[in-house]
Amino acid sequence: MSGAGSAIGKDLLGLEELSADQIQLLLDTAEPFKEISLRAIKKVPTLRGATIVNLFFEASTRTRISFEFAEKRLSADTVNVQSSGSSVSKGETLVDTARNLEAMKIDMVVIRHPSSGAARFLAQRIESNVINAGDGMHEHPTQGLLDLLTLRDHFKRLAGLKVCICGDVLHSRVARSNIWGLKKMGAEVAICGPRSLLPNAVEAMGVTVFRRIEEAIEWADALNILRLQLERMQAGYIPSQREYNRVFGVTREKLERAPRDILIMHPGPMNRGVEIDSDVADGPHSVILDQVTNGVAVRMAVLYLLSGGNPALAEAAKG
Amino acid sequence: MADELVELFDGTDDLIVVGIQRRGVQLADRLVAMIAEREGVQLPRGALDITLYRDDLQTVGPRPVVGKTHLPWALEGKRVVIVDDVLYTGRTIRAALDELADFGRPARIALAVLVDRGGRELPIHADVVGKTLDVPRGGRVDVMVNDLDGEDSVVMVPAEER
Repeated sequence: MSGAGSAIGKDLLGLEELSADQIQLLLDTAEPFKEISLRAIKKVPTLRGATIVNLFFEASTRTRISFEFAEKRLSADTVNVQSSGSSVSKGETLVDTARNLEAMKIDMVVIRHPSSGAARFLAQRIESNVINAGDGMHEHPTQGLLDLLTLRDHFKRLAGLKVCICGDVLHSRVARSNIWGLKKMGAEVAICGPRSLLPNAVEAMGVTVFRRIEEAIEWADALNILRLQLERMQAGYIPSQREYNRVFGVTREKLERAPRDILIMHPGPMNRGVEIDSDVADGPHSVILDQVTNGVAVRMAVLYLLSGGNPALAEAAKG
Repeated sequence: MADELVELFDGTDDLIVVGIQRRGVQLADRLVAMIAEREGVQLPRGALDITLYRDDLQTVGPRPVVGKTHLPWALEGKRVVIVDDVLYTGRTIRAALDELADFGRPARIALAVLVDRGGRELPIHADVVGKTLDVPRGGRVDVMVNDLDGEDSVVMVPAEER
């Protein structure tokens, strides 16, 4: 089995590997899929007969449900496997788990894993299409794509757009996928956060670094505000939530000084009153729920395009 | 064709014209315009992209581009006319009927095509036909419409020239 038939390859592991044309194709393909979720019967027969396993080794609500909706709206059969309560908790290795699933004749695996590179590791060892739903601090490509789609919906373009990713960029796979995707599509990217939570040498990627949120607000067309993981505080990266909110939190008062309306994005789940204030999250320029809606369309597009490179499905259809 | 359609439905009440992407949509626009001119009624015009309902999707390799479907009306009790450029195997229309069924249960569905070239593989027929052509298998009929192709024409391409 190979991915030769699919326009985006066998697997979706990250946006780093994709060309601008491939990202464009994914976004354009997501466009008509939006309409399906507005129908009374939210289902098309496209992936009938395909079996997809959602293999989640890390807690997730939004991403897992979004993938599951995307799969079901394309008529695929889905199975959810979580690390707790499965053989994974008995010490089975990732590859053994996946090979056992493959022995039950599956077509695709959606994987979320706490280790960077887990999706690629799996993709190299199994025949099924692998979709990375977040691997450690590496990438979360479908989140990157849905952020790009939401920005494109709003601004009608990506080239030349100024997007600042705010917060814990160092540990964020969402940030990495966004930086790759935005740079490839010709947007200008900046990051802003406490020095302890920004990666080194990111300027070499052509990314601007702001040390103060006020500078980011002065510069940006859109802010993508990352969740501050509370365990970072215990690890000593930041002094306190209140201090973080005062210095880096996006508040209405800070936004009122912006020279233009700034689009507000957040990948969720939000810590209201920490990285983002409720006034901003629920404000007129927030597209946080549009991101969630677009997530289903983007994931449908990924499944649709990847399934084009799956000869087993082609054979099955010929019957 | 516009006159025949109005006659077929005995008027324009509850009628919705739905074009199949892509050239069927342009042809549907023209039928709507002609009916507006003759009957003084502006009919709603929908669009249907049947790619996701194709029965050969798993065998065609890289995924075809998906177009927009636009059917923002409740179809219950409505009369729907599907418009397409060329009727050949009937498989596109089979897919369109399946897709329409996911939107609701119209009182009646009819089919209008600019060209019927024969060669059916399914029990499907058109109610209104612009022109019937006898094209052998392997040959091709290209319909060009001004909005997309810069000209209005129907071209028969025999098998040996392909």
